[in-house]
Amino acid sequence: MPITVDQLARFVELFAERLAAEKENLTRLDSAIGDADHGINMDRGFQAVLGKLPEISSDSAGGLFKGVGMTLVSTVGGASGPLYGTFFLRAGGALGDTTDVTAEQLAAALRAGLEGVIQRGKAELDDKTMVDALSPAVDAFDRSLDGSLPNALAAAASAAAAGRDRVTPLVARKGRASYLGERSAGHQDPGATSTTIMIEALRDALQPGA
Amino acid sequence: MTESQSHLVGIVVVSHSRLLAEGVVQLASEMAGPDVRLLAVGGTADGRLGTDANVIAEALRTADDGAGVLVLVDLGSAVLATDMAIESLAGERKADVRISRGPLVEGAVVAAVQASIGQSLGEVLAAAEAAAELDKGVSR
Repeated sequence: MPITVDQLARFVELFAERLAAEKENLTRLDSAIGDADHGINMDRGFQAVLGKLPEISSDSAGGLFKGVGMTLVSTVGGASGPLYGTFFLRAGGALGDTTDVTAEQLAAALRAGLEGVIQRGKAELDDKTMVDALSPAVDAFDRSLDGSLPNALAAAASAAAAGRDRVTPLVARKGRASYLGERSAGHQDPGATSTTIMIEALRDALQPGA
Repeated sequence: MTESQSHLVGIVVVSHSRLLAEGVVQLASEMAGPDVRLLAVGGTADGRLGTDANVIAEALRTADDGAGVLVLVDLGSAVLATDMAIESLAGERKADVRISRGPLVEGAVVAAVQASIGQSLGEVLAAAEAAAELDKGVSR
C-alpha cells in the first residue's frame, strides 16, 4: 500500500505536536551544552509549519516537504533551521510530484535528506549531532525494506534512539556544544533527540489505521 | 574613474544578534566612507536571537554593486544560514559571495577599508582573514 500525501502531512503534524510537548525538555538538554534554544526554535518553526500546512499540503509529496523546508528556513532561527530545512527540501526534491509514495521512494527521500544535512552541517558520525540519530535510522530503514513498512519504520526509530544514546558519553565536535569541549561529554544531544522524535513521529503516522 | 573603481565590494555582517550586527556595521562604517554598501543582518523576524537565510539572501542582493559581496559571521550556525542563502541565489551572483573565516570586528573594519579603496573581492577577503593577526597593542 503506497503512502499518501495526507499520511505524510499527518507525520508533519505529529512531529509538530511532539516538539511542542517536548519543548521544555529539548531546551533543558540544550541549556546544558548549547544555547538553550533548541526546543523553543523547533517549536516556533513547526508551529509556523502547522499554520501554513493547509496551503502547502495539497498536491504532491514533494510539494509538501519543500513547503515544510522553506518555512523552517525562515522561522527556526538557530542552526536547526538550515539543517531541518535542508532535510525536508532535499527529501521533497527526491519525492518530486508523486502522490502515492512507495517504501522505496520514502527510503530514497530519507537518504537524500540525510545527505543534505551532512553536506550542510559537515558533521560526521560521532561528532554528536543529529546525524548520529538520522544516519543509523536511514540505514536501518533501508535494511528492513523487504519486510513490512511498519517494521522498517520501527527499526528506523529504534536505530535513531540507539544512535542518540550511543553518543551521549562523547565530546561534541560540532555546533555550539563543541565550544564546551570535555564538558559536553555525558549530556544527551538535543539535535539527536529531536531527530529521534521525528523518526518516531514518522513511524507512528504511517502505522496502519493511524 | 576606471570600471574597477566604480564598483565596490559589498559587506554583509551576519550575527545571531541584531544589536551585534548593527554595532559592527556602525564601527566599520566609520572607516568605509559613504560609498561601500555595508549591511547588518541579525536576529529572527520575531525578535529572538538567530539567523534567517531568506533575510541574508535579500541582504546579499542589496549589497552587491557588481564587485561581489564579503560576508562576516559571528558563530558557526550563521555559516549554515549564509551557505543556504548563497545557494538560493544560484543563477544570480552565487560565485561572487565569499564568507570570511576571520574575526568579526577587526575583519569588518579591515574589509570596509579595503572595499572603500576599490580592492577586489579576493583582496578584501584576504585582508579580512588576515585581520586575525592584527596586533591590538596589548602589552604582556
